[in-house]
Amino acid sequence: MLDNLQLLFVWAPVMNVQLILDGIFVGAVFALCAYGLALVWGVMNVKNLAQGDFVIMGGYLAFAMHQWGIHPIVAMPLVMIIMFIFGWAVYRLIIKRVIDQDMFVSLLATFGLSLLMQQVMNLIFGPEVQIIDSHLPVFDAFDNFVTIPSVKIVSLVLAAALAVAVVLFMKKSRTGQAIRATAQDPRAARVLGIDTDRIYAFTFSLNAAICGAAGVLVSVIWVIQPFYGIVYSVRSFAIVTAAGLGNLPAVISMGFGLGLIEQYTGIILGAEYQVAAAVVMLLVVLIWRQIQMRRSRQVVR
Amino acid sequence: MKIKRYAVAFGAMVAVGVAGMAGPAAAKVDGDTIILGSAISLTGKYATNGLHTQRGYDYAVKVINDKGGVTVGGKSYKLAVKYYDDESTPARASQLVERLIQQDGVEYMLGPYGSGLTKAVAPVSEKFGVPMVEAEGASRSLFTQGYKYLFAVLSTSEQYLSTAVHLAAEANPGKELKMAMAFENDPFSLDVREGVVDAAKQYNIKIVIDDKLPADLSDMSATLTKVKALRPDILIVSGHSKGAATAARQIEEMKINVPMIAMTHCEAAKVQEKFPRAANGFLCPTQWVEGLPKRDDYFGSAADWNAGFKIDNPSYTSVPYQSAQASAAVLVWKEAFEAANSFDKSTVRDAIAALEMETFYGDIKFSEAGNNIAKPMFMRQIDASGGYNLVVSAKDMTFPRNVAY
Repeated sequence: MLDNLQLLFVWAPVMNVQLILDGIFVGAVFALCAYGLALVWGVMNVKNLAQGDFVIMGGYLAFAMHQWGIHPIVAMPLVMIIMFIFGWAVYRLIIKRVIDQDMFVSLLATFGLSLLMQQVMNLIFGPEVQIIDSHLPVFDAFDNFVTIPSVKIVSLVLAAALAVAVVLFMKKSRTGQAIRATAQDPRAARVLGIDTDRIYAFTFSLNAAICGAAGVLVSVIWVIQPFYGIVYSVRSFAIVTAAGLGNLPAVISMGFGLGLIEQYTGIILGAEYQVAAAVVMLLVVLIWRQIQMRRSRQVVR
Repeated sequence: MKIKRYAVAFGAMVAVGVAGMAGPAAAKVDGDTIILGSAISLTGKYATNGLHTQRGYDYAVKVINDKGGVTVGGKSYKLAVKYYDDESTPARASQLVERLIQQDGVEYMLGPYGSGLTKAVAPVSEKFGVPMVEAEGASRSLFTQGYKYLFAVLSTSEQYLSTAVHLAAEANPGKELKMAMAFENDPFSLDVREGVVDAAKQYNIKIVIDDKLPADLSDMSATLTKVKALRPDILIVSGHSKGAATAARQIEEMKINVPMIAMTHCEAAKVQEKFPRAANGFLCPTQWVEGLPKRDDYFGSAADWNAGFKIDNPSYTSVPYQSAQASAAVLVWKEAFEAANSFDKSTVRDAIAALEMETFYGDIKFSEAGNNIAKPMFMRQIDASGGYNLVVSAKDMTFPRNVAY
């Protein structure tokens, strides 16, 4: 570990540039997955365990379109539309029935959905690892030491644009306002004439669409396989739990933070601790919150 | 009174049920057919490789039956395989093997796909004293448990990449070499790692990076950044198809320029098609090559087997070694029955243990532990046009690899 630190800060400090860039690129994708989860969790109080499988499904849709010769970046809006429709269908079929039940029912339902999606993707696309080559150039700097694939820059820009679009939509549009109203108090929203059922359906579908977009990015940056959804589910849960619900800036900064922590842990402690870092970060944040809240907590006698 | 009547009815039902289950327990040789059994992954994670295995078994059964079958006690028998789908899950596989033995009366087993599932079923066949010839479980740890009824036709996992280390040492006599390693944190890949570490010790190669990748990680960029800084002479990666695909993608993206790169599962991840620039010069181990100069009376040469298999299974453009070794396992059964000249499972087991044979798949001779010690692992190098070329000594190898990112 010490020699890794020495390497990082004494011998080859330029490594930091690569690590920070990678952390940011990774973080952007994590933030995107997590934002969708925060939305569904905050508005509907449904903890979607199939979150990662939505991501992988988006990746496979891009993969299928890539087979027909559509470039993944062009395919992204199409994937989002298909995922939106899929999300609507899932809401009508499953989520609608569990939304008023207690937490475990929704956990079970989405867990079942996750298994079902994995197996169906496995049946359709097979269990092989798939990759999409975007054929975009790779930039390098510092005598080839730092490399930046332009596809990662593109995905960072797309992730940012998407996040801004979602924020503006939530703040400015009538539907966005209705979503926020429903999240605050569904009964009051219903009294004021908001069709909460429609709002829930819309929120869930929006989440599916966002996951689909994240999945397209995953397929061009990393690899997809029907059973890798869990990776994104776990990270989304860690980010949302740490950031808190309905707090977009916190979700995004947690996403970037997680990306950076993973990269640095990978270098300093070795790759075997890279995923553990995500969970440790969650623990630290939860413990810190607990300490903070203890101050204002009162004992009722 | 009423309760008593119910109890009697219930007892009768249980008795009928038990009798029904214990029914066909003598199906090991049915008329003139010898029944082999296998739990195999036809659905789930390992379905692709499970199917490769099943087709290998089926092709061998067909060829052997066409050529007169198995002769035991002067009478000719046909082979047949009873399959159950283990859904790629270890628990299901061991249940199904128990079912094959106890309910279907099968006394001769063929292995499932993969080390994990073989590990799950081996104790079951061991418990019932049923011999199992397996073709797809390479993990070294399968052969350190003292199993007496488990035999494997393939080379064990610690041999997968140690050849690469030998080749590197051969190509750089007297030079002090540095090596970087990234292995997935699972039993198979860690076995592969053991072999590499032992070989490195033999040549005093310094290991500068030794990363273990978690199973749910599809990002190697931290490891590869370190590779760039430390400039090793050898980079060794093993992590199933996902590891190979991720490594190839990020090696290309990060323009990694290491003189020798060796990894497992190149073919499965199709790195030569997807990342031709990065994959140029990769060394990839394989259990079997179709140009192998070995032959037997049933399948002919390795090339003959390859051609015959393709005629029966036209969907294959290139045949995976998983199918070849599956065929070899069936051939082991045939030879063992004839050598034992009996259907008694322990006599047949001893016949398997004593076998020494040449097959299209390579020589087969089992050690005390049950692994095949007569067949080496082969190493191939990917060339600029995506072809795989057999590397026997360092002379056949391009070193350092040509890179043009």
